[in-house]
Amino acid sequence: MGLGAYLTLAAVLFAIGFFGVVTRRNTIGILLGIELMLNAVNINLVAFARFNADVVGMIFTAFTIPITVAEVALGLAIVILMFRMKRTVIADHLDLLRG
Amino acid sequence: MTLEVVTFWGLAVLLIGSALAVVLTKNLFHSVLYLALSLTATAGVFLALDAEFLAAVQLLLYAGGVVTIVVFAIVVTERLVGDRITQTSRHILPGLVLAGALLLGVLRFLRGADLPVERPVIAVDVTRAIGQVLLTEFVLPFELLAVLLLVGLLGALYFARPEE
Repeated sequence: MGLGAYLTLAAVLFAIGFFGVVTRRNTIGILLGIELMLNAVNINLVAFARFNADVVGMIFTAFTIPITVAEVALGLAIVILMFRMKRTVIADHLDLLRG
Repeated sequence: MTLEVVTFWGLAVLLIGSALAVVLTKNLFHSVLYLALSLTATAGVFLALDAEFLAAVQLLLYAGGVVTIVVFAIVVTERLVGDRITQTSRHILPGLVLAGALLLGVLRFLRGADLPVERPVIAVDVTRAIGQVLLTEFVLPFELLAVLLLVGLLGALYFARPEE
């Protein structure tokens, strides 16, 4: 399979994740969509690294994966904090910053 | 060659199917389980791209770590049984249009691009090469990453600490 096949797969995955982010009402559901989008980006990075025979692209992925984990941990901590303050995790009801 | 094609299509179907289930299923908990499946399928894609080390990292950190954290968050914010765990989606049609437009844009770009079909041979052991480059050329970002993880997890602990 050529590079185009892997990039197409990643593009489809990214679009599905994007669909999840814009349609989900639960904040945790939105985070899951973001996870899918980040996964698609990782597939792209590894595919480019493999087809250029350059291992540095894989190093990039080795960095993005832990950063994503930190992001999810922080995001969920914020969700838990929001739940304590507002007793809801529905994104439409979180309007603390509304002026 | 045929084995590669079969592996790719099998992984692609598994990945796309589980990803669709993540964004479409009503039960939030099932959503997370499908996410674990799609993350595992991504590890399979990494294996198909000769990145064994990254496949292992993907399984350990993502499929292991992230899914556990998300399950904990669901347990804290929702009840595991009953109606509250069901989630709804809104604006499905505009979301579909937006996501479709995004996909079409990327695919149009991909069609016009001149992409290699054959993968070049890598003579060295990929895992060994990653380790060597990581601890020589990229040792400073690597250490900064450790600091970032520590600060991120401390911040998460601070946010989610018990109320006084």
